[in-house]
Amino acid sequence: MHGGNDSHSSPSPSPSPADRRINALVRHLQGSPLDAADPCLAAAPTSAAQISVFDHVVRAPEDPILGVTVAYNKDPSPVKLNLGVGAYRTEEGKPLVLNVVRKAEQMLVNDRSRVKEYLPIVGLADFNKLSAKLILGADSPAIQDNRVTTVQCLSGTGSLRVGAEFLARHYHQHTIYIPQPTWGNHVKIFGLAGLAVKTYRYYDPATRGLNFRGLLEDLGSAPSGAIVLLHACAHNPTGVDPTAQEWEQIRQLMRLKALLPFFDSAYQGFASGNLDADAQSIRMFVRDGGECLVAQSYAKNMGLYGERVGALSMVCRSADVASRVESQLKLVIRPMYSNPPIHGASIVATILKDRAMFQEWEVELKAMADRIISMRKQLFDALRSRGTPGDWSHIIKQIGMFTFTGLNSTQVAFMTKEYHIYLTSDGRISMAGLSSRTVPHLADAIHAAVTKAA
Amino acid sequence: MAHLIRAGSSCRLASSGAARSMSTAWWRHVEPAPKDPILGVTEAFLADPSPAKVNVGVGAYRDDNGKPVVLECVREAERRIAGNSNMEYLPMGGSVNMVQETLKLAYGEDSDLIKDKRIAAVQALSGTGACRLFADFQKRFSPDSQIFIPVPTWSNHHNIWRDAHVPQRTFHYYHPESKGLDFAGLMDDVKNAPNGSFFLLHACAHNPTGVDPTEEQWKEISNQFKVKGHFALFDMAYQGFASGDPERDAKSIRIFLEDGHLIGCAQSYAKNMGLYGQRVGCLSVVCEDEKQAVAVKSQLQQLARPMYSNPPVHGALIVSTILSDPDLKKLWLKEVKGMADRIIGMRTALKQNLEKLGSPLSWEHITKQIGMFCYSGMTPEQVDLLTNEFHIYMTRNGRISMAGVTTGNVGYLANAIHEVTKSG
Repeated sequence: MHGGNDSHSSPSPSPSPADRRINALVRHLQGSPLDAADPCLAAAPTSAAQISVFDHVVRAPEDPILGVTVAYNKDPSPVKLNLGVGAYRTEEGKPLVLNVVRKAEQMLVNDRSRVKEYLPIVGLADFNKLSAKLILGADSPAIQDNRVTTVQCLSGTGSLRVGAEFLARHYHQHTIYIPQPTWGNHVKIFGLAGLAVKTYRYYDPATRGLNFRGLLEDLGSAPSGAIVLLHACAHNPTGVDPTAQEWEQIRQLMRLKALLPFFDSAYQGFASGNLDADAQSIRMFVRDGGECLVAQSYAKNMGLYGERVGALSMVCRSADVASRVESQLKLVIRPMYSNPPIHGASIVATILKDRAMFQEWEVELKAMADRIISMRKQLFDALRSRGTPGDWSHIIKQIGMFTFTGLNSTQVAFMTKEYHIYLTSDGRISMAGLSSRTVPHLADAIHAAVTKAA
Repeated sequence: MAHLIRAGSSCRLASSGAARSMSTAWWRHVEPAPKDPILGVTEAFLADPSPAKVNVGVGAYRDDNGKPVVLECVREAERRIAGNSNMEYLPMGGSVNMVQETLKLAYGEDSDLIKDKRIAAVQALSGTGACRLFADFQKRFSPDSQIFIPVPTWSNHHNIWRDAHVPQRTFHYYHPESKGLDFAGLMDDVKNAPNGSFFLLHACAHNPTGVDPTEEQWKEISNQFKVKGHFALFDMAYQGFASGDPERDAKSIRIFLEDGHLIGCAQSYAKNMGLYGQRVGCLSVVCEDEKQAVAVKSQLQQLARPMYSNPPVHGALIVSTILSDPDLKKLWLKEVKGMADRIIGMRTALKQNLEKLGSPLSWEHITKQIGMFCYSGMTPEQVDLLTNEFHIYMTRNGRISMAGVTTGNVGYLANAIHEVTKSG
């Protein structure tokens, strides 16, 4: 009477993952016609096929920086604050796509003549030329002499990795000195590229400034020819930069000892608000005629984070050398990802080559830098007005996206637990995550942490 | 502070002269690298001023006017995502949405493996990046293993595993005499390889030969892999592009999955979505259970982080926009079939032209082979003649990119091939 549709019977429970695996095993044990013919199959090959060759792989630890955001996302508190990852936020706490970037993107989308073909291995030619000019200066003699080879890479990370792989293959010294502390990913990048990593003193916890004496001593005792990683400006994570005079002394020492400079430039324009000022350290080295590597990122200063836009420049002795070096860089890139992604680089090239758009970018960039500088001032004033014990002048002396507060991991944990403020356990806060509205909350938390927690 | 420097050295400190007096020349010994055999062809083509020139070198699709194509579904997707709310970093493993849709393509819409979360998968930098991530992972977690690579194969495969420091062996694949598959040779190599070896297999539309095993042959290969406990990594760069039907093109993978193999799979959207320069792809590894998949994925991310931190967002957004919208997905399937059909049409036309010219040779293989490439059987010397006399550009292994053949140039191409091959 009920007809063909058995709609009144309860549905059988859908098989669990375990059920499905058992069913699959049963199918194999029952075998296919081919199996019957092959005696070798009797030796339980199905179980061999089912056991993974990667059975021994253990789960990797969470990335410490990205893990902060994961924890933040889980927190239900309405007053939570994310001062972890270094991505710019507006006064409203929102990510920002620059107006000039939107404009450039629209132009690209509307241009029906554009295609999505492979870029050359070295990337978009316009982008490369313009990037070199941006970092080295349009009038750079190195560029005029054709001594610079620039290849498009995947943001700062990719540029560092390609440069490091090249050095591991073609440079006689396989040790790189990195500042202590530095961005956590540096040591992994250089390690995987095949370089040995050593450190040089950089941050002085006592002054929350530069340990210049220690830096000079450590670089001074490095073997001749060693590679040295230098943050071009806005050191990550400390925000502590050498002064112009200190840079000059570093340059002299390095040239004396024939140490090879490898610059990481992730914040050009973002630190002081001025593109040329933030490139002075690099240009000082290039002016003396020597060689160096520069990794450039457009993640922060053009807000292109996820598009992965960057460039590796190698300043060489001669045009001939630069050309040979470029050909070898291609051999590093081809087996890694063949050629770089086109979208982000096209946006950058569009902006850099158009005078009006370039100026628009400079204005928006300065606004971001100014907002951060203003947050520094506000936080400093807020701590002063609360009478928080300690010298907090480093907050306004440090530069760029990050402040190394000097808080210890116990104090950090306290701030997270009691005030729902998320930052990395080394006490680094991303100023970009602050707004006028949230500064008081952070100041209260720091004050409480300093007066109550160890 | 200056005294600290002087104390440690005997050299005079000149503020700008120090570098020059050292005359350090770090890179004098650096040799110019050989040109990439495939990409070098396009460079040469571009440099040629001849109006008759034809580029059948690199495998990028062209329409019947010889022009590159941006698919309509891609243009529409881009319109939708331009003015996106942000360009924030993707997670290290890439766009979750894009990866999920991509797994469905390879493993099937209703795949139990997907339901049971047994697949470790990350967004990768197109097919190259997916293969490289796997190679690095293989080196780290199966450090004593080697990779068996078919002969011939895409030349960059060798570079990838070399740079990952994984030793390479080869297995028979192409049969020059028949211009087809050397099945007996292949099976022998599979049988003779040590148990538990790693093999690289082209899922469909083998590059550069266009020669694929039949379904029956795939079943036998899968069975023998079971006997030997081998690991299969499928490089699938042409799904949908080979036959015009993505489900059909994934048949080899589905056969292996049916047999219970825990495979790896490198997927690319370069050709089938025309997203070449966007570098969009995916690497997946089938695991025993969800826990293992989580572990493997986390380790893949550990390899991506020091290479590029996280993958580019734009191309991934295009893919997920298209694949998660039923209308756009339908449009894509139609456009992919269109591309595949045009190529199949050109194969027929080229063969017919050569036969009409009275070529003494057999050109059956042109229509038997599948995908973007035709392994013509021409020698490097014959290829050089084609280039020097007729301004036709292709790789010296005789591989013709059929995507570069049009109704406008097929006659010229056939004539030129006939001229250089007619004397046998």
